[in-house]
Amino acid sequence: MFQNLSDQLQSVFENLSKKGVLSETDVTEVLREIRLALLEADVNLDVVKELTEEIKSQAVGQKVHEALNPAQQIVKIVNTELGNALGGETYEVTYSSTPPTVVLMAGLQGAGKTTTSAKLAKWFKSQGRNPLMVGADLQRPAAVEQLKTLGGQIDVPVFSEPTDPVQVAASAIEEAKNTGRDVVIVDTAGRLAIDAELMEQVRQISDVVNPTHTFLVVDAMTGQDAVSVAKAFHETLELSGVILSKLDGDARGGAALSVKKVVGRPIAFAATGEKLEDFDLFHPDRMASRILGMGDVLTLIEKAEQTFDKEEAEVAAQKMLQGEFTLNDFIAQMQQIKKMGPLSNLMALMPGLPKEVKDVEITDNQVARLEAIVYSMTEQERENPDLIDSSRKARIAAGSGAEPSQVAALLTQFKQMRKMMKKMGGFGTKALKKGSRKGKKGKKGKKGGRVTAKGGRVTPKGTAPNKVEAGAGLTLPGLNSLSTSDIDEIAEKLGIED
Amino acid sequence: MTELIILLIAIPVVLLVAGFGFLRSRASSRKSEVRSQIKDLRAQSEPAPINAARSVEEDISGGDAEVGVQDEAESSKPASFRERLSKARAGLSQAVGSVFSSDISDETWETLEEALIRSDVGIGTTTTMVSQLKKDAEANSITDPAELQARLAELMAEELADSDRTLKSSTDATTVWMFVGVNGVGKTTTIGKIANAEIQQGSKVLLAAGDTFRAAAAEQLGMWADRSGAGIVKGGEGSDPASVVFDAIEAATARGADLVLADTAGRLQNKSNLMDELSKISRVAQKASGEVTEVLLVLDATTGQNGLSQAKVFSEVVGVTGVVLTKLDGSAKGGIVFAIESELGIPVKMVGLGEGISDLVPFEPAEFVEALVS
Repeated sequence: MFQNLSDQLQSVFENLSKKGVLSETDVTEVLREIRLALLEADVNLDVVKELTEEIKSQAVGQKVHEALNPAQQIVKIVNTELGNALGGETYEVTYSSTPPTVVLMAGLQGAGKTTTSAKLAKWFKSQGRNPLMVGADLQRPAAVEQLKTLGGQIDVPVFSEPTDPVQVAASAIEEAKNTGRDVVIVDTAGRLAIDAELMEQVRQISDVVNPTHTFLVVDAMTGQDAVSVAKAFHETLELSGVILSKLDGDARGGAALSVKKVVGRPIAFAATGEKLEDFDLFHPDRMASRILGMGDVLTLIEKAEQTFDKEEAEVAAQKMLQGEFTLNDFIAQMQQIKKMGPLSNLMALMPGLPKEVKDVEITDNQVARLEAIVYSMTEQERENPDLIDSSRKARIAAGSGAEPSQVAALLTQFKQMRKMMKKMGGFGTKALKKGSRKGKKGKKGKKGGRVTAKGGRVTPKGTAPNKVEAGAGLTLPGLNSLSTSDIDEIAEKLGIED
Repeated sequence: MTELIILLIAIPVVLLVAGFGFLRSRASSRKSEVRSQIKDLRAQSEPAPINAARSVEEDISGGDAEVGVQDEAESSKPASFRERLSKARAGLSQAVGSVFSSDISDETWETLEEALIRSDVGIGTTTTMVSQLKKDAEANSITDPAELQARLAELMAEELADSDRTLKSSTDATTVWMFVGVNGVGKTTTIGKIANAEIQQGSKVLLAAGDTFRAAAAEQLGMWADRSGAGIVKGGEGSDPASVVFDAIEAATARGADLVLADTAGRLQNKSNLMDELSKISRVAQKASGEVTEVLLVLDATTGQNGLSQAKVFSEVVGVTGVVLTKLDGSAKGGIVFAIESELGIPVKMVGLGEGISDLVPFEPAEFVEALVS
């Protein structure tokens, strides 16, 4: 898994002495890492150069912030810069004073124009409009049939005729006027930006329908070429915004940044799944940390919301905050989380995890082993893990085909997590109730969570399990670093979101 | 509020599992630690000198013979890859020669590096290739920047020289080629083109409409069947793709067809349920009366670094035997396939250079690499 920027920066700064002010050499070193991270995320090279210059001018001479270490400080600057570069004003969907409001969709082949057209139509419907979709892609076999099928699914009519694309577009406007449709979405054929003939054709379509909104549909997986494509389409059509498709993949989506920089128009919408309702206005704040590979709490929450049984989760959370979380609850929540996809994918989305933890490969076998251990416990043991003494441990180990030391490790981790959650719970709920942003004073050093990494063999043979539990080296990796300030940050993000 | 609650559950539970795995992997052996250290080193974009050096040696040893074969292949296929590519690129290519100053300087190296990055080769592979070039230039005392550029192309072509790019057929059963990939890369179109080419060479071809998810995908494939003269087996929209593919293979055997081209729905590689479905299609296809000899990953040339992840995951799930690089007639250069082939050893077999039915040609490394470095 690719190291995230904050870890990379961390390692750079380990070699630097602590100084009051970031010097130019410090910054140069750091900029190299930022450059790598951005290029790895498919941000266009020219855009990377421009951005790193901006970040440099911001960072040099900055006083080292009291609460933040230099790495965090740089990350903050980078994040802010990226946020600015991506964001600006959000896209405002306006409507023509003389209906219909025309929306023109353009892009390369396979970018997702047809599906996006249907998603957009559904979105307009949810805004109380009456859209008409126009199949002006007469080139790709069955493109119009695809649009018609999609139209059927969302109950939006589709207009097309086997003439030529410009003619279709012109007639469609008449059709909309006659049938009282107030939004017209014109789906055009995919075309290469360097195909002069087809670019001229889409310009003619644009002239004929005089669109209120012209969207370029860009695949989130696009590489360096995104810039030249966006440029060419912008010169031909004068885009009003961009729609990012296939953002539900695992691409970092640097293309979003490239396109935004070049076209200077906002990214209006993003498609976040295959279903027609997986489509919404774009959130620039999430995109910045995604491009940097820094975890994306909001995406995590969204995933969780889709799969979790809310009431059950609330009860479990309540128990957790009060320190009453049992292994039964754990196994139940575990089943929910497994539905969210491979655990390693989820971990990539988690903020504040140290690299050691993120690099652990969690296989299905390991998860199954863990489940086997818990299922080998009696109901009582699961409700009250304190019951488990060494003979019970031996029985559980034999029942699950595990080593007694593994059972011990699981129990230790579980108890520690419970303790930690109880502490965090007190803080989290307080912060939420007040809606206040607590100071960053509670920040603990990340180092604390890594003790195990240096502890070598964790469960020496022949050591009594109880002794292991008391061992100082057995902290749960990651939890220390995910302390008050992270929770604060999460709360802050949520606050902004709501 | 609900969001935070869910998050409070999710984080500790995942952490608990992660922590458990963490302890286990530490306790089990030091091997994984060493491995992760190596991984770290790689991630810091240091080249992997041992591997690189070894593969160069191999390439050089087998290089001469390969080049000869290629030349023959080129002459028997007039005006394919090179001409079409240069036609598509006309007016695009920058005069690189003029960018270079007369001496090799830091700037020269940077220009070369940037050319590769702009072609989507990726920063890791770029660093490896450029440092390899540095050593090579020193050893051969190259002083002319333009020569350096040519040498880089040579080195890269050598890296790709050993691959077998033929599309395999079964000798004793119906041949089955499966097409996989993410959404919108051009799987259906590619199948149409291949069907046409194979039919012109006298094969009897049957298409399997295994994309039962996307609206009108089967209709699209049906139009290609009409154009090329291939037969087609369809299921209903939303029907089980594995059984459509199975039925198609059985039908092909019954009708005495030589080749089945199996379409599948586009799927993003991080959707585990869809990848499971693909794995099932593959398993079921192998149970039918034919033989699956090729699983081709269709990749869009505009794809950036995510292409590597696509190749990795699809390979893990269905054992990809080759890549079809589509839309190379645009301004994107598809450099990620270089990383895919050099890192994962999956050869690029075909290249799409246009929307016409005959615009699919065999991949030729030398021409491709030349475009990457300029």
